[in-house]
Amino acid sequence: MKSRAPRLSARARRIRGGVHPPEHKHLTADRPIRRIDAPEVVILPMRQHAGAPCTPRVKRGDVVAVGTVVGDTEAFVSAPIHSSVSGTVQNVAPHPHPAGGEVLSVFVENDGEYRIDPEVHPLPWEDMGPEEIRKAVRASGMVGLGGAAFPTHVKLAPPEKYPIDTVILNGAECEPFLTADYRIMLEYAEEVVEGLRIIMKAVGAPRGIVAVEDNKPLALRRMAEVARGRDVEVLSLRTRYPQGAEKVLIANLLGREVPSGGLPMHVGVVVNNVGTARALAHYFRTGMPLVERVVTVTGSVVREPANLMVPLGTPFRAALDACGGFTEPPAKLIMGGPMMGLAQYTMEVPVVKGTSGILALSQKETEFEIPLEPVCIRCGRCVEVCPMNLVPTYLAAMAHKEKMEDLERLNVNDCIECGCCAYVCPTKNPLVQLIKAGKAELARRKVLFERRAQEAANRGSGKEGGDGGQ
Amino acid sequence: MDWSLVWKAVLSLAGFGLLLGAILAVASKRFHVEVDPRVEEILDALPGSNCGACGFPGCSGAAEAVARGEAPVSVCRAGGPDVTEAVARIMGVEAETGIPMVAHIHCRGGKSLSPLRAFYQGVNSCRAAQLVGGGKACPFGCLGLQDCADVCPVNAITFDDEGIRRVNVRRCTGCGLCADVCPRDLIEMVPATAKVFVRCKSQYTGKKATSVCKVACIGCRRCEKACPEDAIHVENGFAVIDYRKCTGCGECATICPTDSIQMWVEREGHPEGGEFVVPEKKKPAKEKSGERETASSRGSRTEEEGGVS
Repeated sequence: MKSRAPRLSARARRIRGGVHPPEHKHLTADRPIRRIDAPEVVILPMRQHAGAPCTPRVKRGDVVAVGTVVGDTEAFVSAPIHSSVSGTVQNVAPHPHPAGGEVLSVFVENDGEYRIDPEVHPLPWEDMGPEEIRKAVRASGMVGLGGAAFPTHVKLAPPEKYPIDTVILNGAECEPFLTADYRIMLEYAEEVVEGLRIIMKAVGAPRGIVAVEDNKPLALRRMAEVARGRDVEVLSLRTRYPQGAEKVLIANLLGREVPSGGLPMHVGVVVNNVGTARALAHYFRTGMPLVERVVTVTGSVVREPANLMVPLGTPFRAALDACGGFTEPPAKLIMGGPMMGLAQYTMEVPVVKGTSGILALSQKETEFEIPLEPVCIRCGRCVEVCPMNLVPTYLAAMAHKEKMEDLERLNVNDCIECGCCAYVCPTKNPLVQLIKAGKAELARRKVLFERRAQEAANRGSGKEGGDGGQ
Repeated sequence: MDWSLVWKAVLSLAGFGLLLGAILAVASKRFHVEVDPRVEEILDALPGSNCGACGFPGCSGAAEAVARGEAPVSVCRAGGPDVTEAVARIMGVEAETGIPMVAHIHCRGGKSLSPLRAFYQGVNSCRAAQLVGGGKACPFGCLGLQDCADVCPVNAITFDDEGIRRVNVRRCTGCGLCADVCPRDLIEMVPATAKVFVRCKSQYTGKKATSVCKVACIGCRRCEKACPEDAIHVENGFAVIDYRKCTGCGECATICPTDSIQMWVEREGHPEGGEFVVPEKKKPAKEKSGERETASSRGSRTEEEGGVS
């Protein structure tokens, strides 16, 4: 596939299902990315990615520079963590994490000098082989910056039996409020395309696509300008949430269906976020690992919503202060967008690699009541909007009744938790919440039953019969 | 009237009946299914509430498993020692009937003791709330939602006025279903004779523990030193009692600075079978000097809440 002339394609098919919530992107769409200073202390959790958590590689009192590895692990599905400031390690202790719970974190006291680690040097990717590129990407700590934070080097290393023919850069940014990817496409278009070409080289894919929703015409035009003359297509998508979910995106652009329980590589595709591509290009140009990211700080109660380039480990409070604080106390603070974001209970949680946005909503916007018991009026709207062709109301009912076999039979694990079902439900059933709980319970029971079976086996071989009250 | 018609009808029907009867008789011999008579007997001995706590499909499933020798005679934890003995008699084995077990919830930090850090709005289930961390300040404490109460086959789990769960030991049959569903692993099956309880499972220690709950176990280890039987140990930041060693003397409860260790006192006529009390505190500084000096000077500050919980 050699499409020499990149083009604004004919309008792509509309996705199946989905919703179109109010976009609210006007709050920050025209605000250029502004770099903010690192705070006095950055907090670097050892789990900022999907996969195995890192173990700290520094201890209290160690001196680190920008780009020094502070956490790493031997596991394949993981990514190292680097210091975003220079200074001394103040402490290694558990700290609240925006994804919930407390995670062992390295606290680095910022000396304000921003010394750069001597290991950091530019990498000429055009002279490097795919294996070298993958190694370099692993060392950069790169993860998917769209929010799921899946380690990028894993995506770049598909097994031989799944040849990759297409790399898709996801610029859909379908979540309301968020504009980080939009600003990246406008301001760093060159780097985005370069990042795409690095990924294409690493996986040996001949075709590269940048997919952008048609509510971002400026980004589409800018990307098309830059892509001209390079083996890159720019395609426009009809705006619809959850367009940016990779399985939905692949089905829409290429008409290929990722099998149940499968990954995009099973249909010959790798999907990356435009932000990831930009960060990759930046890494190969400068050698600086992933130590900062673009975060949209927005919401109706934020005084000056903005797109910020934030050093990783900056507490939410510092990022919000850089936007002038609040006009009224927020009722809800969310990491990410309003559809799939995670509610926070404290502003002390740090910005991590998966933080695409910080959203503060007012009391009025968050007030709603949910029924204690799911009440389905069988209108079928959730079935219509489910982009994965599931039946959310049955899934939720089975999760509520803990009918685990039925949950599995209805393919609960194919749910991408986009929340469209709960969004449209006229009786305000917490459908996606129930389904999430059901998925977690399914996983928990598997572990529990395995442990039980193990115990029974041990008991059977040890002693027999009544084990009374022990 | 033609009698031959009658005779023909009677004879042919009788013949049919005899023939079919013979086939049935042969079939019942040929295709005989061995049914263990003990299954019926065991089924009669079991409570018949089909609670499913044994892990078999209802009481009949359990009865069959016992008769086949795949399950111990003590399969029915909900039935307690009486049922175990009855089943053992049917099976012709000696049952080592253990002490009956009851569920105990290792948390007493209700609304006023462990405040909310966030307002949880969502599915009324602890396991769902746990996915987002729950609203309670203490990340180890009872979330006070529905799961254990929903799963209890005998409605033994209720709320107290503080919004946390408690177990009615009069009703609890020790089936252990609630212990399986608690996402914070707070429910432990303990012998019904147990008298002393650590009512906290906070992995936080010291000030951090008390900052999220006033009655948290702070992991000070004074109970360890006070125990004459070496039955209580601090692991992962909280005290754990080994009920095989505990004699119920209550030394640990008298010394606990945060009252997280309490005594269970059975009361006749009490709807829940008894209540938790904090024994009168000892003044450790006067009782012994020297080696325990440091511990006591640290511990004697929190004595705010005594008496009945």
